[in-house]
Amino acid sequence: MKKDTLKSYLINLLAIVVLFIIMKMLISNGVLNRYYVGIIVFIGVNIILASSLNIATGFLGQLALGHAGFMATGAYTSAITAMTLIDRGVALPNSVILIISLIAAGTVSLLVSLIIGIPSLRLRGDYLGIITLGFGEVIRVFINNIKFTGGAQGLTGIPMLTTFDNTFWITVFVIFVLYTFTNSKHGRAIISIREDEIAAEAVGIPTTFYKVLGFSTAAFFGGVGGGLYAHYLAFLDPNIFGFMRSVEILVIVVLGGMGSLTGSIIAAIVLTILPEALRDFAQYRLLIYSFLLVAMMIFRPQGLFGTAEFSMKMFLHKLRHNQIISPRKEIKDGD
Amino acid sequence: MALLETKDLTMQFGGLTAVDNFEISVDKDELVGLIGPNGAGKTTIFNMLTGVYTPTEGSIHIGGKNAIGKTPYQIVKLGGARTFQNIRLFKDLKVIDNIKIAYHHEVDYNILNGVFRTKKFWQGEKKAYEEALEFLKIFEMEDYADTLAKNLPYGKQRKLEIARALATKPKILMLDEPAAGMNPQETKELMETIHFIKDKFDIAILLIEHDMNLVMGICERIVVIDYGKIIAKGTPDEIKNNPDVIRVYLGE
Repeated sequence: MKKDTLKSYLINLLAIVVLFIIMKMLISNGVLNRYYVGIIVFIGVNIILASSLNIATGFLGQLALGHAGFMATGAYTSAITAMTLIDRGVALPNSVILIISLIAAGTVSLLVSLIIGIPSLRLRGDYLGIITLGFGEVIRVFINNIKFTGGAQGLTGIPMLTTFDNTFWITVFVIFVLYTFTNSKHGRAIISIREDEIAAEAVGIPTTFYKVLGFSTAAFFGGVGGGLYAHYLAFLDPNIFGFMRSVEILVIVVLGGMGSLTGSIIAAIVLTILPEALRDFAQYRLLIYSFLLVAMMIFRPQGLFGTAEFSMKMFLHKLRHNQIISPRKEIKDGD
Repeated sequence: MALLETKDLTMQFGGLTAVDNFEISVDKDELVGLIGPNGAGKTTIFNMLTGVYTPTEGSIHIGGKNAIGKTPYQIVKLGGARTFQNIRLFKDLKVIDNIKIAYHHEVDYNILNGVFRTKKFWQGEKKAYEEALEFLKIFEMEDYADTLAKNLPYGKQRKLEIARALATKPKILMLDEPAAGMNPQETKELMETIHFIKDKFDIAILLIEHDMNLVMGICERIVVIDYGKIIAKGTPDEIKNNPDVIRVYLGE
């Protein structure tokens, strides 16, 4: 079993490295210009945001409507941390400053999530949905009204630390951490709460602890995603992080499949490219979103992938045997 | 001291006394039945024993330790496991994962071990997998290990729920109407399973049931309650012939 798993890790790593090299080559050839690189960075950010929200919504089964709030918390924390570091003249390479800022961003988001998560997750039911809904707005209004975030005028002068390279590897790292996390005993405990909270408690799972753990993990990586975003835009306006932003992230999660990280990745790619491709019809974007969602609920209520994961190993196996790939197929542990 | 002991257990909801001075003592290797008409307070008693409700008055001891004010998962740690009247499985998970979740506290690694896949993680997971499979073998369900729990036939689902409760290594197993919704054949299999558990594991069993064949067939002692009060205690034969029990529950 272990040897098999090692093999599948290597296959995945190889696939990722090949993808990286191909994209690198396309960029240096000029096939992918700066505009496309920007979209790729946003895809990375959206993957991080959606897969982190998927932990809370898909794996834990708690409705969270304020992911943009954590994104904002992370974005501003990260931006201010990096600006302070550079102002103080700390001589560190850009990537190190970025990593420090992102860790700060995640940590602050995590602390904030504990404040709202601990009281609301002790209860059973949809209280978290209401509280996070309110939280998203509170954060936005808060940032709008304090000085050191630049208020409504926005925060300018943020160092541009996000590049294609670091976005790519940070995204890979985040997905790896979330995947291994959900496939451990802690992830199992979180999934058991989604399946049946009362039963989970009756077999000895401390449900409040795991609910808070799942929710704050989501918040941590939501903050990281926000930080990455801030260092690419180099300018932050509190109104980017409105309720609609939370909904957009949630739509990615629902579309990809609640409980499937690979589903979130695919959906994040599609739903980042789609609005760009449909620029000319920008005013219809929300219309298309709602249409997509309605169609999804009718034809495939579990999302693109349901709770299954796409795996390289299965894919290669299928290719060799000339079969059509079906993402619904059950896969074994550790793939 | 008995594995499960309650004294003066009382539960009041506002002005209504749902359970009144309930006393029971279940010892190792004992199988005790709790019966009574609908609304007598049987499930309320279970909910108090398993930490869902906090009793208004009285004491509960599981394995000699105080169980009042404990949450359901702390009760599991004390050694009280339960099943539910309407089966509560982790439906979309595999049968073996249902058991693995009950092993949660046995598997010994922390979050960082899990995230970075250290040796401790692999050892812990291997042990959990092997033990869970071993457990399924005891219940002759190893062939279903990779089936989703929701796809099992009804009788097997009940069996899995009982197996999952036992996987928490309890001292006392509390079964809430295990035969509800079962056909006679499934009930017969269930009786065999319960007998088998009693022989195989060193535990006490407390059982709520309406199926008189099952209760009279396997329980050594029976407690009958009505309106929250104990109206009779004794062996199945004594209960069958008790005029009070016949009047309120069994029918003449």
